[in-house]
Amino acid sequence: MATFTVDGKHYEAVEGTNLLQAILSQSLDLPYFCWHPAMGSVGACRQCAVIQYQDAEDERGRLTMACMTDVQDGMIVSVESAHAKDFRASVIEWLMENHPHDCPVCEEGGECHLQDMTVMTGHSVRRYRDKKRTWENQDLGPFIGHEMNRCITCYRCVRFYQDYAGGKDLGAFGSRDRMFFGRVEDGVLESEFAGNLVEVCPTGVFTDKPFAQHYTRKWDLQSAASICPGCSVGCNTFASERYGELRRVHNRYHNDLNKYFICDRGRFGSHFVNSQKRIRHAAIKSDDGVFEYGDVNAALTRALENLRSDDVVGIGSPRASVEANHALRQLVGEENFCRGLSESERVVTDQACSILMKGGFRVPSVSEVEDADVTFVIGEDISNTAPRIALAIRQATRNVTYEMAKTANIPLWQDAGVRGHAQHERNPLYIAASNTTRLDDIAEATVNATSDGVAQIALQIASQISGVSHENAFVQSVAEALLAAERPLLVTGTSSSDSNVLNASAAIAWALRANGKEAALAIVGSEANTFNAVVTCEGVTLSDALTRMADGARAVILENDIYRRAPADVVDRALSGTGGLIALDVLENDTVAKASVVLPAASYAEQTGTFVNYETRAQRFYQVFQPENDILPSWRWLSSLASRIGRTDASWATVDEVTRSALAALPGIDATLEELAPTKDFRIEGDHRIARQTHRYSGRTAMDADVSVHEPKAPVDNETPYSFSMEGQNPGDQNGSVIPYSWSPGWNSNQSIFKFQDEVNGDLLGRSGGKRLFDVPSEPDVELDKEFDFSVTGVTRSATGGLVPFPVHDVFGSDELSAQSWPVAKRSKGPYVLIHPTDASALNAIPGTGVRSEALVGSFEVVLDERVQTGFVGVSVGLNGRTEIPDEGIELVVDPEFEPRQLGDKRVIAKS
Amino acid sequence: MSEAALIPALSPEEVAEIEAEISHLPDRQSAAIDALMIVQKHRGWVSDESLSAIASLIGMSTAELDGVATFYNLIYRQPVGRHVISMCDSVSCYVMGADGLAKDLEAKLGIRFGETTADERFTLLPIVCLGACDKAPTMQIDEDLIENVSADKLDDIFEKYA
Amino acid sequence: MSLLDTKPLTGRVEEVGGPVFLADYEAGGGYVAARKAIGQMTPSEVIDEVKDSNLRGRGGAGFPTGTKWGFVPPGPSPDGGVKYLVCNGDEMEPGTFKDRWLISNNPHSLIEGMLIGAYAIGATKAYVFLRGEYFEPKAKLAKAIDEAQAAGYLGNGLFGTDFDLDLRIHSSGGRYICGEETALLNALEGKRAQPRNKPPFPPASGAWGRPTIVNNVETYCNVPSIIEKGADWYRDLGLTEDAGTKIYGVSGRVNKPGLWELPIGTTIREIIEEHADGMQDGYHLRGLLPGGASTDFLVEEHFDLAMDYGTIQAAGSRMGTGTMILMDDSICPVDMSRNLQHFFAQESCGFCTPCREGLPWIESLLLDIEEGRGQPGDLEILDQNAQYIGAPGNTFCLHATGAIEPLQSALKYFRDDFERHIVEGKCPYRTNGNA
Repeated sequence: MATFTVDGKHYEAVEGTNLLQAILSQSLDLPYFCWHPAMGSVGACRQCAVIQYQDAEDERGRLTMACMTDVQDGMIVSVESAHAKDFRASVIEWLMENHPHDCPVCEEGGECHLQDMTVMTGHSVRRYRDKKRTWENQDLGPFIGHEMNRCITCYRCVRFYQDYAGGKDLGAFGSRDRMFFGRVEDGVLESEFAGNLVEVCPTGVFTDKPFAQHYTRKWDLQSAASICPGCSVGCNTFASERYGELRRVHNRYHNDLNKYFICDRGRFGSHFVNSQKRIRHAAIKSDDGVFEYGDVNAALTRALENLRSDDVVGIGSPRASVEANHALRQLVGEENFCRGLSESERVVTDQACSILMKGGFRVPSVSEVEDADVTFVIGEDISNTAPRIALAIRQATRNVTYEMAKTANIPLWQDAGVRGHAQHERNPLYIAASNTTRLDDIAEATVNATSDGVAQIALQIASQISGVSHENAFVQSVAEALLAAERPLLVTGTSSSDSNVLNASAAIAWALRANGKEAALAIVGSEANTFNAVVTCEGVTLSDALTRMADGARAVILENDIYRRAPADVVDRALSGTGGLIALDVLENDTVAKASVVLPAASYAEQTGTFVNYETRAQRFYQVFQPENDILPSWRWLSSLASRIGRTDASWATVDEVTRSALAALPGIDATLEELAPTKDFRIEGDHRIARQTHRYSGRTAMDADVSVHEPKAPVDNETPYSFSMEGQNPGDQNGSVIPYSWSPGWNSNQSIFKFQDEVNGDLLGRSGGKRLFDVPSEPDVELDKEFDFSVTGVTRSATGGLVPFPVHDVFGSDELSAQSWPVAKRSKGPYVLIHPTDASALNAIPGTGVRSEALVGSFEVVLDERVQTGFVGVSVGLNGRTEIPDEGIELVVDPEFEPRQLGDKRVIAKS
Repeated sequence: MSEAALIPALSPEEVAEIEAEISHLPDRQSAAIDALMIVQKHRGWVSDESLSAIASLIGMSTAELDGVATFYNLIYRQPVGRHVISMCDSVSCYVMGADGLAKDLEAKLGIRFGETTADERFTLLPIVCLGACDKAPTMQIDEDLIENVSADKLDDIFEKYA
Repeated sequence: MSLLDTKPLTGRVEEVGGPVFLADYEAGGGYVAARKAIGQMTPSEVIDEVKDSNLRGRGGAGFPTGTKWGFVPPGPSPDGGVKYLVCNGDEMEPGTFKDRWLISNNPHSLIEGMLIGAYAIGATKAYVFLRGEYFEPKAKLAKAIDEAQAAGYLGNGLFGTDFDLDLRIHSSGGRYICGEETALLNALEGKRAQPRNKPPFPPASGAWGRPTIVNNVETYCNVPSIIEKGADWYRDLGLTEDAGTKIYGVSGRVNKPGLWELPIGTTIREIIEEHADGMQDGYHLRGLLPGGASTDFLVEEHFDLAMDYGTIQAAGSRMGTGTMILMDDSICPVDMSRNLQHFFAQESCGFCTPCREGLPWIESLLLDIEEGRGQPGDLEILDQNAQYIGAPGNTFCLHATGAIEPLQSALKYFRDDFERHIVEGKCPYRTNGNA
C-alpha cells in the first residue's frame, strides 16, 4: 500500500492506482469528465487538475492531471490549492464557451454532470464574447436523442460505443473546436448498448428519447431499486415513476453483474408498464362472451367458483416472480402445478438446472465472465439473449492487452496506451453458432452449425480434450486453447431449445476438469425468472395440463400467454374445453382473451418480488409506485382467493412472508430472505425509511389538483423499507444495494455512484444485493460422470423436405413484455428469416422481400446470412407473437404481398 | 441513370493501388490515409460512396474511416473544382503581405475561400505554411508550388490551369 | 579541404550545383559511412559515436539523438517482432523550409542517415513521413530510394551482412500535429493524428506498438558525416557548446531571404546582416521568432546572441528549427499574433480542452483588439489564458505550449501596442483601413 497526502490528510491506496480514482475512492470531491470508472483515463478534458509537490519542502508544486498520474508512496498533492482551483474553473470556462444555456429545457437538467462540475468549480461569470458554435443534430432512432450543441468533447461517447461496446456506427468526426460525435448519416444507432450513451455522456448530448417525451426532472421522479425483467441476467436497475407512469430505467451498479452498463432492452423495454394493453380492471366474461370490467367482488366470486372444482390446474410462468409462482403452486397443489414452460423449454431448462445443481461447475458472474482468458460460446446468440454477458465477453477478450501493458510498464488505467500498445491482440473467443452474431468481429474462429451440429462439435472438443484426436481444425484449436487457458469460460444457453447443446457444453467442462482445469460454465435462460425452475417442482407438464384442460379441467394461468408456449391448435382445444379459466396478467394477450375471469396483475415496477437469474442468484426488486385501479400483485390475488376458501397455507399478509414461504419450500436450499435483501423492517440509522422521492420532489400538493384540490395522503408501505414520499433518507453509506436513485450532495448525476462504493469499482457499501441459491461445490462430485449422460441424443431437427428451421432470437422483439414497450416496438424488426444466399436464390427470394410457409404464422422478411448453413433457415422468434419453431423442414414461398417494416423514428428532438 | 451512378465507388486501378500500399503495412487499416489520398488523386475528392467502399476494403467501419478523413486538411469530402488553389496564410507569408493577396485572389476569382468558381475551374482554399518561406508569399495550385506571388502575376499564373 | 568538411549537409549540393543524386553522392563519398557502420561497427558503437558527437534533434526540441537511440531495447526483440525507424519529414512549422530543401537537394544523405540509424537500433522497416503537400520533394526522394535500392543500399543483406532495411514514404493527410512524434505514429497507423500519452515512449512502444525511433530530416542528414569523420570532428564544428552545423533560415523583409548551413552558434545578427544581407530599405527589424512560429519573440537586445540551444533558451525562447521569421516595423504585433493564433487554433487536434477551446478564444480576443473592439480587461484574460494554456503539462501535448510562446512574448515585448489598440479603439498600424 502507498500512503499519499491530500491537502494535509493521509490516505492509503495500492501503489500505481490512478490518482483521480484514489481521491474519489476516499469520497473526496474532484471534478472530472473524460475519465470513466469502467473505461479508464485518456487525459482529454484536463478537469481533474491537482497540485503535486516534490516533497514536504516544495511550496509551489506542479499542476498535474490526477487521472494521468500514478499514486506513489509518500506522494503529496493538493486539491484545494488556489492555483488548482483556478485552473479547474478555467477548464469549465473553456467548456462553457460553446455550451448552450438551455438547462431549463434540457433533458439532463438537474442530473447533469456538467452542471455539477460547473457548480463545484465555482465558474459563474461569462467572459467569452464570441458566438457559440452550432450543429445540425441527427435522428439516431427511437431510443436516443441528439443535441450536439451541448457537447463538451470529452470523447466518452465514442470511447464507450466503439472501444468498449464494439459499435461501428458512431464516431468522432472533424478536429479542433469542430468535433462532431454521431453517425456518418442519420439513422438508428445499431448497437444494443447505445442507451448507455445517455448515462456515459456527462451532459445532454445523448438523451433518453422516450423519457424526453415528458420532461421530468430526476428530482421529481419516484424511484426504487429494481431488477430488469428483460432476460435471465438480472441486471440491477433504478426504475422511476411520475404521474402513475414508469418514466425510465437507469443502470444500478451491481458489483458482480451489470456494473455500469445495461442493454437497450433493459433500458427501453419497460414502457410496457404504461401500455394501452394494460389490464387495469378485474373482469368476468358474460354469457354472451363479452368482458364486464370493474366488479372485483364478482370476479373473485367467479374465480372461487372455479377453484372449488376438484380438477384445477395452475400454470405458472418464467416471467412472473418467485412469489407469484409459489402462491399459485400452494393454491393448486404441487400435483396440479405446471411451471408454464413449453415442452422444449421444459426439457432444456430441466437439463440446465440439473447441470447447475449436480455438475458442480463454477457458474461465472458477469464480472467473472470479464476475467476469462479463453471463451467458447456454444450455440447461443448471446448478444440477443443475454446482451450484458456479450458485453462482458467483449471485455474478456481484452485481458491480454492488460498483460502486455504490464510488461511494457504502461499503467492499466491508461486506456489509449494499453490499446495502442496491444494493437489487434485479443484473448481467444470461439463461437459455434447457427447464424452471424455480433461477437463475430472479435472471434478467433467461428463455426457454423445448428444446435445439433453445435452439440456434435462441442462433444468432439470434449473428446479432443480427453485425448482423442479429431481432424476438424476448429475442434483442435478450441480444445488446445481451452487446455492452455488459466480461466476457461464456456457460455451456452437454452434459446436453441436443444438440451444436447447443454450436455455437450457440460461434457467440455467435465473433460477440462479431468485435465485439471476448472472451467466456468454459464447457461443463460430465456426469461427473467426462467431459473425459478430451479426452486420450483411441478406436478404436471404443460402438455399434460393442456390435455386436462381440454378434458374440462379448470385452470389458473399466471402471467403467461400460452399461445407462445404450445401449438395454437393444442391451446385452442385446451381453452375451449376448460371448465373455466382464471387468467392473471399484466397485458392483454390471446390467452387472456379466452379467460372467464381476468385479474389485473401488477407489473414488476408496481410490486416487490424476486427473480432468480442465470447464476441462480435470487434478487429482490422493489415496488416503485402504487398502481391505480384494481391492479394487485399476482401473489396477492392468489393469496386473497386462498384466504377466502380458508387456505391459510396459501395466504400471506406481506410479500416478505411469501418469499420466506417460497424459500422454505425449496428442497436442499438454505437461504433466508435476509440474505437476499433488506426486508420490510429494515431501517436506516435513526429509524428512517428510505424515501422513494427525492428531498426536493416537487408538485406533491398540486400534481393531482385537476382531480381534487385536497392533497392525497401518501400511500403507506407495509411491505418494504421504502416510503412513498419524501420522508426518509437516502441510505448512503449504510447499504448501497437499496438506494432508490443515485444522489449525493453536489453530485446530482449518476456519477455519484462512487459515493456508495467502498472504493471506485468496488462493491457497494453494505454489499451488492441478491444471493445465489446454489453455491459452487468446493469438492466436485467425482461420481458425476456416472450419473450424468453427456451424450448427444440423436439429431433433433432433420430435413424432411424444405429448409430445416431453427430459432433466431432478437434483443428487440423476441421477449414478450419488452416487445410491447413502444420504443422497443419501434426499434424491432418485423418477422424475418435468415437464409443462405444460395438457398435464397433457389427460392427466387431477394433480401427485403417476403416469404411465407404453411408451417409459420404470417409473412417473413428475407434476410441473407452467409453463416447460415445451406438447407437451414433461421426463423425469428416472437416477432409474430409466436415462439414455437416447427420441428420439421418447411417449404417457403415468396409472398408478393409482403410489405417490409419501416424502422426508426423521424422525430428529432431539436434541429438547429 | 446518371453518369455518377455508373462510376463504381472504387475502380480496379484504385483497388490495386490501395492493395499495394497495404502490402507494405502491418495491417489493412493502416492504409486508411493512403487509400483516401489515392481515391482523391483519381477523383479530386472522396464521396460517401467511395468512403464506404474504402472502409469495407480495408476492414474499417465507415464511421471510423470518416473520422480519419475529416481529421486531415488535405482530404476533401466535398467536390472541388478542376484545380485547387491553396494559398498559404501562415506567418512568413503574412509578413510578406499574404492578407492583401488573399483579398486580391478572392476578387480575381469572384469567390471566397472555401468556394469553387461557377465554371468549376478553381476551388480556393487556405493552407498552412508550404515550406518555401524565403519566397513568400506562396501558393500551391494542384501539385505545383508557386513562389513570390503578387497580385499582378495572377493572370499569368492562372493561364496554365484551364 | 572539401566543402564537406565544413558543410556536411549542403556542401555536396553546393559542389554539384543542384540536387545530388546517386552518382554525384557516391562521388562525394556517399554511403561510405553506412558501409563503415554496418560493415565494421556494432550497433552500440554507432550509438556511442552519435552520443559522443552531441548531435541534438533538429526538429525543434533538441533532444540528444544518441541518447534517444539508446532507449530502444538492443538486439532482436524477445518476441521476434519488428522495430521501426521513422523520419519526421512533416515540415509544417510556419516559417520553416529547411527539410523541403534537404530532401529535394540531398535525398541520399537522408537515406544514408536512416540506414545507419536503423542499423543502430535494429530496425528493419523505415518510413519517411512526408508532408502531403511536398510533391516535388517526394518525387526526388522516391527517385533516390529507387537508386539506393538498385545499388544495394536498401533491401536485404546490405553491405554483405544480414542486415535488411525496407524504406517507404508515407504521405501525410496534412495536419500540423502530425509533426508531434506520437501523433505522427497514429497518422502512420492510419488513424486520427491525436498525440499519445507518454509513457509509453516510442522507443519502448511506438508504431504499431513496437519500439520506434522518430527523428527529423536534418537530424538524420547529420549522421553519415559523424560516422565517417568522427564525433570529435563533428563537435568541433560548433562555435559554442553545441555540436555540428545548423541550417539557419531567414524569412521576412530582408534583402536575401534564404537558408545557410553555418556552424551552430552563429549569432543572429551575423545570419541576418551577412547572410540575408540585412533589412530591405525602409524596414526596421523590431523582433523575430528564432525557430518557427512556436518560439518566443526575441527583440533587439537579443540579436547578438549565438543561435544555439542553450543560449536562446536562456534568453527565454527556443532555437526551434533555426529558421527565423522577422517582424519589421510595418507589421502590427497584435495582428501578427492573431495570425499565429489562428494557425494554432486551426491546427489543434481537438483532443484536450485548453487547446481546443482556449486557442480559439485567444484568436477571437486578438481579432477584437485588432479591429478596435478590445475592452479593458482583455489583456488580463489573454495573460491568464496564456498562463493556463501554456504551462507544459496543462495540455495533453506541447501544441498549445508552442502556441503560447509567441503570444506571451508579444504581450511582454509589445504590450504598449496591445494597450494602444484597446485605448484608441483601432489598430494604429492601419491606414485607410488597410494593414
